[in-house]
Amino acid sequence: MKFGVATSSAMEALFSNPMRSLLTMLGIIIGVGSVMIMMSIGEGARAQIEAQISSVGTNMLTFNPGGMQRGGRNQGGGSGRPFSETDVAAVADLPFVEAATGVLNGQVTAVSEDANWLTNIQGGSADFFKVNNWKVTEGREFTAQEAQSGSAVVVIGLTTAKNLFPNGSALGQRIRVNSIPVEIIGLLESKGAAGGGGMGQDRDDTMIAPLSMVRNRVTGGNRWVARHVSRIQFLVQDGYDVMQAQDEASQMMRERRRIEPGQADNFMIFNFADMIKQRQAATETMSTLLAFTAAVSLIVGGVGVMNIMLVSVTERTREIGLRMAVGARGGDILIQFLVEAVALCTLGGLIGMAIGWIGIFGYAQVAKAPMVVSPVIIATALGAAASVGLIFGFFPARRAAQLDPIQALRYD
Amino acid sequence: MANEKAIISCRDLTKIYVMGDQEVRALDGVSLDIREGEFVAIMGPSGSGKSSLMNLIGALDRPTSGEMWINGSALSQMSRDDLADLRNETIGFVFQQFNLLARQDAFQNVRLPLRYARKDVGDIDARAKEVLELVGLGTRMDHRPMQLSGGQQQRVAIARALSNHPRILLADEPTGALDTKTTGEIMHLMQDLNKQGITVVVITHEPEVAHYASRQIHFRDGKIETDTANPATLEGKRAHGG
Repeated sequence: MKFGVATSSAMEALFSNPMRSLLTMLGIIIGVGSVMIMMSIGEGARAQIEAQISSVGTNMLTFNPGGMQRGGRNQGGGSGRPFSETDVAAVADLPFVEAATGVLNGQVTAVSEDANWLTNIQGGSADFFKVNNWKVTEGREFTAQEAQSGSAVVVIGLTTAKNLFPNGSALGQRIRVNSIPVEIIGLLESKGAAGGGGMGQDRDDTMIAPLSMVRNRVTGGNRWVARHVSRIQFLVQDGYDVMQAQDEASQMMRERRRIEPGQADNFMIFNFADMIKQRQAATETMSTLLAFTAAVSLIVGGVGVMNIMLVSVTERTREIGLRMAVGARGGDILIQFLVEAVALCTLGGLIGMAIGWIGIFGYAQVAKAPMVVSPVIIATALGAAASVGLIFGFFPARRAAQLDPIQALRYD
Repeated sequence: MANEKAIISCRDLTKIYVMGDQEVRALDGVSLDIREGEFVAIMGPSGSGKSSLMNLIGALDRPTSGEMWINGSALSQMSRDDLADLRNETIGFVFQQFNLLARQDAFQNVRLPLRYARKDVGDIDARAKEVLELVGLGTRMDHRPMQLSGGQQQRVAIARALSNHPRILLADEPTGALDTKTTGEIMHLMQDLNKQGITVVVITHEPEVAHYASRQIHFRDGKIETDTANPATLEGKRAHGG
């Protein structure tokens, strides 16, 4: 096989009819672009999910009140009877629970001397930080005692701090939260945006305060439940099966809420792993769709390439005959046309990659998702394109190689 | 059997084409020996079988029956690849319509057989330059076929045929598309090459062209009609160059 002569002939053929080459490449361009975007979204989502797992951990379980029936209509999750701090204490007393916190949250307007900022406030016990894997970079967490007494202290997130104190440190400053003066005793480590797929939410735009302070000053009490909390979050000890813990905690909560056997729960318990799995499934569905698109356009593109290669072989029958007359073997001709098909597809692949790159960049901007273009993705995209050329170029190339020299030479 | 001294040897060659329900006997039992260094003109009216013979000698086609030897090797025993190598190493073709690659310049066209060569052919570019200078086109190497006259194109084709040091030069109506003056120049070039030892076989229907050959073979109805020496070989005036 003579690769040199095959390659130069192939390139020449490719560039002698650029418009036709470009149109032929279109399917490949779209296919490779889709492959790029698909893989990038998949890898981006995976990276993000991994980051979330490490930022929160998969051994955290959450109790939410269930939906409440009112006038035959379900009011949706969280509208049912809330939990109380005695429920939290009961959960914390479970042998497999490492730490537990009740949670109350609401929206507040925080006012500093320089600025005001609408943000959300989360009330919790001193274990709130541990359960949610929040780290304090400056200052300190509030203590159990402060949590107990409902001290007017807050630990604030990076975004909130920047907006309230654009020109200086927030630590130790006094601000007013819904008109209540509070002291900033700590700053939280940044956690970045939560979630992908366009529902990005800035997790640093928050503040954390003692639970009773939030109940007394922000959300107010509950008519039916004293010392209520809207959620209970708890960590399962390492080594204890999370599913097992979920079942046992659930059973205990049924008893506490006096639910008869056979009756449905009026609360929900879910774990972070489930949530991640759901999001992963959504991402995978999208990836599958894109993979399907990519496969279809690569096949359609391949058929286009095969078609144009057959035309090219027919057009150049005399040239093939001449090449054979001066000593080209069938294998030389085969390689020439295979190289042409592969080059056509690879070139299309490169253009498709450029377009895919733009698509990924755009997606990353819109969805605030991380942009991942790994060497594996590039290799896969180019490999797919080249393989299409090899597979769909083979039949035309073999037809050229099997031409009879004298008939090819006499063809017109 | 093959004639040991002949570089081209044919025995009882027949070639039958089937056209619709009709059989055409293009060659009908042709036996022929051509010795190394001969300059042979094959003549005859169209349809007499001379082109069919040329295609067989050139290993472009296979006979319906009969056997032929090039340089002592029986072609019927050779594979497609062997035949390709034979065309590359032993035979040089010149066609009536030149058959140059339109998108490549003279230099690239001449390099083609060398690039397909499987044996070491040395410096390809130097050899291509050498043969182009030999045919008087040293200054037009970067011209594409469209930029060259008919005579010049045929010179490129001859240079291409010569590039891999063939022992046989086969020319099928090489001057059919050329004017009289250019015809003289091309035939002269072939005579020179023949004097350097290359066996030349030319197909033509023009008696003037056949006069340059030392042996003339007439075909009619797929058979050899006459096979005569030509003592009065025409020595045309020297007219080299573009």
